[in-house]
Amino acid sequence: MGRIVLKNVTKTFGETQVIPPLDLTIEDGEFAVFVGPSGCGKSTLLRMIAGLEDLTSGAIEIEGEDATDVPPAKRGLAMVFQSYALYPHMSVRKNIGFPLRMAKMEQPEIDERVETAAKSLNLMDYLDRKPADLSGGQRQRVAIGRAIVREPEAFLFDEPLSNLDAALRVGMRLEIGELHERLKTTMIYVTHDQVEAMTMANKIVVLRAGVIEQVGSPLELYHKPRNVFVAGFIGSPKMNIFSGTEAEKMGAATIGIRPEHTGVSMTDGMWKGRVGVAEHLGSDTFIHVHDTGLADMITVRITGDIAVKHGDTIYLTPQADQIHKFDAQGLRI
Amino acid sequence: MAIVAKTSRFGKYGRPTLAWVVGLFFFFPIFWMVLTSFKTDADAVKPEHLIFFKPTFDNYINMTENYDYWRFAKNSVITAVMATVFTLFVGIPCAYAMAFNPSRATKDVLMWMLSTKMLPAAAVLYPMTFITKSAGLFDTHFLIILVLSLINMPIVIWMLFTYFKEIPKDIIEAGQMDGANTWGEIKEILIPLAWGGIASTALLCFIFCWNEAYWTVRLTTTDAATLSKLIEGNRAPEGLFFGRLSAVSAAAVGPIVVLGWFCQKQLVQGLTFGAVK
Repeated sequence: MGRIVLKNVTKTFGETQVIPPLDLTIEDGEFAVFVGPSGCGKSTLLRMIAGLEDLTSGAIEIEGEDATDVPPAKRGLAMVFQSYALYPHMSVRKNIGFPLRMAKMEQPEIDERVETAAKSLNLMDYLDRKPADLSGGQRQRVAIGRAIVREPEAFLFDEPLSNLDAALRVGMRLEIGELHERLKTTMIYVTHDQVEAMTMANKIVVLRAGVIEQVGSPLELYHKPRNVFVAGFIGSPKMNIFSGTEAEKMGAATIGIRPEHTGVSMTDGMWKGRVGVAEHLGSDTFIHVHDTGLADMITVRITGDIAVKHGDTIYLTPQADQIHKFDAQGLRI
Repeated sequence: MAIVAKTSRFGKYGRPTLAWVVGLFFFFPIFWMVLTSFKTDADAVKPEHLIFFKPTFDNYINMTENYDYWRFAKNSVITAVMATVFTLFVGIPCAYAMAFNPSRATKDVLMWMLSTKMLPAAAVLYPMTFITKSAGLFDTHFLIILVLSLINMPIVIWMLFTYFKEIPKDIIEAGQMDGANTWGEIKEILIPLAWGGIASTALLCFIFCWNEAYWTVRLTTTDAATLSKLIEGNRAPEGLFFGRLSAVSAAAVGPIVVLGWFCQKQLVQGLTFGAVK
């Protein structure tokens, strides 16, 4: 149970307003991801929900109750920190059991719950080790274990995977996804990595400078970005966005076309260019094309392999139904 | 052949020699004091008996039999221990609050606390004596514990603040999220993590309390008089009896020197902590 409602919340540090008035509802059981570039206020927003940061104005409701002035310990939320924030002087067993001990639970019940959590996270062999003796992935699991034993109203994740190496990150991403499927508890996850956002979320909240640019499902954001910022932020490689005569011909101030929605030919097409770097990944080829007259560089993604090399002349043709058009204010037409 | 840094001749021989010279220079007064404590008052002032003399325990026997050394020692232990405990009891929550929940005034408060150490003690001697006498606190353990606590509070809070700042804020916040109240955070997380720092702060505080002389001499007569008062009392009006005075001084500083010797690692760590960051 964990419906979280932010009503007109703001946050000001000194003279700087980090979060202008903002409204947001996260439904019970949802996996919401706050995504945005560094400094966009996503972590601040999460910390405000956690109660670690005071609101300058506005209100926060958790499960229908006003939690604005409720201290973090009483909000019934569990948080996983980027740095894991494990207690270095306690064993894994004590770390996971700590919230239960603070809740004055009986020792046999604490032991039972710790073991259940440890089993589900493959930590049984490490229960008596200290955090310093664990790998990054194991530490992250302990942090998750410490969060799940409490059966919180909602989980808050603050960039939990950014200290892990790429391979481990993919594995942990799946584990967190599975955890959500199993527990069906509300999760709010902060990341600057749009791939994490796209793969894990039911609902993505794109933030820029404390302002919500768009809220929607991953595919909604991908197919119908509300503005140029969201269009450029969601999707990898980035959408090609350009203005000028070509855009005007299509009746827009700015147009965007995703790399995977652009066809390639060596003989003819809509736009002519010169191959810069071609990245051959086996499954895909990314071609960076210059001298098109549209933008400094246009990126194209082709499924499979294609024999192009630096300096080749190439023709590009966008899929007509996949062109995103934006007005002078950068809003979707 | 690889080029490696060479140790200079000064680094190899000069520096250790210099260190020994400086060390002996500072140790000499203590050595001289201990030596003199085993001399008769007559031998103590004779240059020919500076090193070679007939040792005697008379000064020590005299001190325990006629000057009630153990009562003074007991008072020193009680006041120094209680003042250290009280200072930490107040100092730990203060430093915790300033380290993890700083406000705009935190820096100013820290500077203000330190500035109280710049006040010459003599400036408040009259009001202190007057107030404590009128309040009926003069020459009581309570007063000495209070005074020792208050004069050491700023330095203790500064030291603890520096140690606590080293603890990642995330860990304290994780404690909050896990349901710990303020006392729970201090007891379960802060104290175990900063244990080394707290111990060296306590040790220094204890040493400062033990060695304090200005107030303990002036605000006590007999009941709460500490070893500093005993030394002061042996500065006899008929002239200085070096043998006797040295024995009293050696017996007063002895416990603390021994304590310092065994805890030197923690002390050095405590004093230099934060200096390299």
